[in-house]
Amino acid sequence: MQQNNLNFAAQIKIIYSPAVAKRYKTREMQNYELMVIFTPVLSEEEYKAAQKKFTSFLTENGGQAVHENAWGLKSLAYPIQKKTTGLYWVLEYEAPSDFNEKLNVQLLRDESVLRHMFTALDKYAVVYNAKKRNGVASKTEKAEVANG
Amino acid sequence: MAKANEIKYLTAIKAEKRPKKYCRFKKLGIRYIDYKDADFLKKFLNEQGKLLPRRITGNSLKYQRKVSDAVKKARQMAILPYVTDLLK
Repeated sequence: MQQNNLNFAAQIKIIYSPAVAKRYKTREMQNYELMVIFTPVLSEEEYKAAQKKFTSFLTENGGQAVHENAWGLKSLAYPIQKKTTGLYWVLEYEAPSDFNEKLNVQLLRDESVLRHMFTALDKYAVVYNAKKRNGVASKTEKAEVANG
Repeated sequence: MAKANEIKYLTAIKAEKRPKKYCRFKKLGIRYIDYKDADFLKKFLNEQGKLLPRRITGNSLKYQRKVSDAVKKARQMAILPYVTDLLK
C-alpha cells in the first residue's frame, strides 16, 4: 500500500507541477469518523472481535486509527430491524480518501452491523474531538451560563 | 398641575424590552457541532423532535445549517428520534 501511495504521488509529480504534487500529497490522508451500530445479540467477545476486524482492515489499507470509543449497549431512539437496543462503536481514523468505499462494502456485508455512518472531519472537528478526549471542557452549558 | 405619577397614557407602554437574540455559536466561538451530543442538539428541537426555526433560536444561517446537518446525522444513527411526543 505504501508503495502504491508513492507511485501515485510520483505520477502526479510527472503530470503536474511540483506545487500541485505537494498539494496532492497533503491530501492523501483525510480524517474520518465511523460510527457503527452492532446488533445487541453479540457477546462481549464477538463485539470486541468485530471492532478488531474493522480496525485491522483499516491498518491493512494504509489507514491509522486515531481513537476508538466503544459506547456499549445503548437504547435506540426508534427500532432498527425490530431491535430496540444496539452496541455503538465510534472510530476516529486517518485514511486515504479511497478507503471508505472499501470499508463500506465490508460493513454492508457484515450481518452483525445494523447501521453505520462515515463522517468526514474538518479541522475544527479534529480539534473538538481531541479536546473532548483529553477531558477539556469544550462547548457546554456551563460555558453558556458563565457568559450569562 | 398633574404630578408625574398621575399621568395616564391612552396606550400602555411596553414595560421591558426583550433582550436581543444572538447566535450562541458565534458568541462562544463554537466551530464544530457534534452529532453525537444528543443533549446539546435537543436545545434546537421542539417537543415533537422537529427543528426549531432560526427566528426562535437566533442562530446565524451558517450555524443553523450545521445544526440541521448534525440533527439529521443523529436521527440516522438513532441517537435522536425522527418523530416523537414529549421529547423533553
